[in-house]
Amino acid sequence: MTTVAATTIKARQRPGDRIFSSATVIAGSLILAVLAAVAIFLLVESLPAFVADPSAFDGDITNFWSYVGPLVFGTVYSAILALIMAVPVAIGIALFISHFAPRKLAQGLGYLIDLLAAVPSVVFGLWGITVLAPLLQPFYTTLVDWFGWFLPFAGPVSGTGRTILTVSVVLAVMILPIITAICREIFLQTPLLHEEAALALGATRWEMIRMAVLPFGLPGIISASMLGLGRALGETMAVAMVLSPSPNVFFQLLTSQNSNTIAANIALNFPEAHGVGVNILLATGLMLFVVTLLVNMLARIVINSRKAFSGAN
Amino acid sequence: MNFKRFGRPAVIAIAAGLALSSCAANEGDVAITGNDASASTLSGTINGAGASSMGAAQEAWRAGFQTANPEVTVNYDPTGSGAGREAFIAGGTDFAGSDSFMSDEELAGTFASCAPGSKAVDLPVYISPIAVIFNVEGVDELNIDADTLAKIFAGTITSWDDAAIAALNPDATLPATAITAVHRSDDSGTTKNFSDYLGQTAPDVWTEKASDTFPFSTGDGAQGTSGVVSAVTNGVGTIGYADASQAGSLSTAKLMVGSDFVAYTPEAAAEVVAGSPLVADRAADDLALELNRKTTNPAEYPLVLVSYAIVCNEYADAAQGALVKAYIEYIASAAGQTVAEEAAGVAPLTGELEANVAAVLATVK
Repeated sequence: MTTVAATTIKARQRPGDRIFSSATVIAGSLILAVLAAVAIFLLVESLPAFVADPSAFDGDITNFWSYVGPLVFGTVYSAILALIMAVPVAIGIALFISHFAPRKLAQGLGYLIDLLAAVPSVVFGLWGITVLAPLLQPFYTTLVDWFGWFLPFAGPVSGTGRTILTVSVVLAVMILPIITAICREIFLQTPLLHEEAALALGATRWEMIRMAVLPFGLPGIISASMLGLGRALGETMAVAMVLSPSPNVFFQLLTSQNSNTIAANIALNFPEAHGVGVNILLATGLMLFVVTLLVNMLARIVINSRKAFSGAN
Repeated sequence: MNFKRFGRPAVIAIAAGLALSSCAANEGDVAITGNDASASTLSGTINGAGASSMGAAQEAWRAGFQTANPEVTVNYDPTGSGAGREAFIAGGTDFAGSDSFMSDEELAGTFASCAPGSKAVDLPVYISPIAVIFNVEGVDELNIDADTLAKIFAGTITSWDDAAIAALNPDATLPATAITAVHRSDDSGTTKNFSDYLGQTAPDVWTEKASDTFPFSTGDGAQGTSGVVSAVTNGVGTIGYADASQAGSLSTAKLMVGSDFVAYTPEAAAEVVAGSPLVADRAADDLALELNRKTTNPAEYPLVLVSYAIVCNEYADAAQGALVKAYIEYIASAAGQTVAEEAAGVAPLTGELEANVAAVLATVK
């Protein structure tokens, strides 16, 4: 017996266990180290931008904060618009796949949506300038003619259609697959008992979804949206290609003047930047870092406070 | 202990990788001269950086030069004019490409790649006409003067049937479409030259000083030359400016020069450069040009971009100097200019200017 006990003790000390546990520790700390390295790099490189000479900026802008302000606004504005468009559609697709479609069709559709996530953003950018913008332009003209009194639709309308609304549509298409995939998984996890209970009480399918599936899935929908928002905030290439930017804050959605996003602004101006101009661009990158962090923290708070009311417990 | 077990092979792998890659990087420097099929005896590496405007032309020149001199490697990094000049002054590169000539402050400093006490010179080697492109339904030809063009891009003329445009185009049927003026959204030498042209010829309207960034917050912005061309092509009532070689099938406007309307041609662009005086108060061998934007000679097209190659008068390393000299001589030669004309649509150097560039290059060592 004693020999058996000894062998079991020996088995616990197998190198595989220790390698695996140290590998996970290394992986875990590596992500922290990389994040810290990025943050420190941005911080150090940004410092000259905060005290930059007014002549380092173009036009009427004299300091870093008035330079980055419109960019932060444009970044958040376009991302939120994209979210407003993408989330309802994503929930619809996810519900269709999880609760309405025949199984075979649902599977195919799921793959198709995932495929959308694999399309590179440059391709979305090209699609935006060559197909979407000219397609939407006449529609924008009508919108300005009829609803021009409403500030976001105020004119003059852009002649090319390369406005922040077009950008938001492109972004919405880009974040759709992420949100859909997560929502679909969450909806499939709804306890069958809840659904059957709702149906047994005489609920229609829509009422069952409203009473059982959506409350259960709400935290999941929120975290899916936040992941999508994160991608929309950081999207670079598609925005740089499609948007017609201008260095101010604009609430209008359909004019030629649009607030640029931080990431697109860096992509546009970095190739020709030199001297303190590079520091200024990196400092805007730091601001994007901060904005993304704030959004993620906000999402965490929302999810945690919502947890208690969902059907999950 | 476990780290050691995995660490050792990893270290070996990294070391091997570094050793192999450094071998590859050094290949270009191994000088094996003579006994080749080609007559060239040049070998080594030339590094340049600067204006992205001449990026396409540099590609063509590199290919042409390396074919003729198989032992030479030419690198050109299109990092932008300012960064290119900085890198050259700091000694990181052998020559710079730049959309604007060196400032007096830059010339007053020292150049790390040049022999002590010697300076660098600006040589115009790349002339690219800028076309005003437009896409208006029912209008194929458009005459325009600097004043009207400035007002369109500054946002004070907003409709195609504006009286100012109609007066210049009595035969055209101009629609009441709104004008969308498309400019570059990224920093660009094309914008700087366009802005400089309007600032000189329409100073009352174009009050902003020329810079790489489009000065007014009106109109549509698009990324890169291709972005502007695609925005103008796909838009309604659009007008924009772009390197003429990229204009494609779009209609281009004629500019008023003197009392005539001049269409862009490479010859007319070369003509205005040839007719421009050198910037005063600079070294005799510095060929910085004061572009004659206000020309009234209808054989000249004043909306051009000129890029310079910036090289040392005398290199600290004579062998390197000979290499750079050979390369820039090739660029400025008739053969080099023809290659660039085919690849990038540049207007070739002509007449006196071509001779001047060659004369200055002959003194480079």
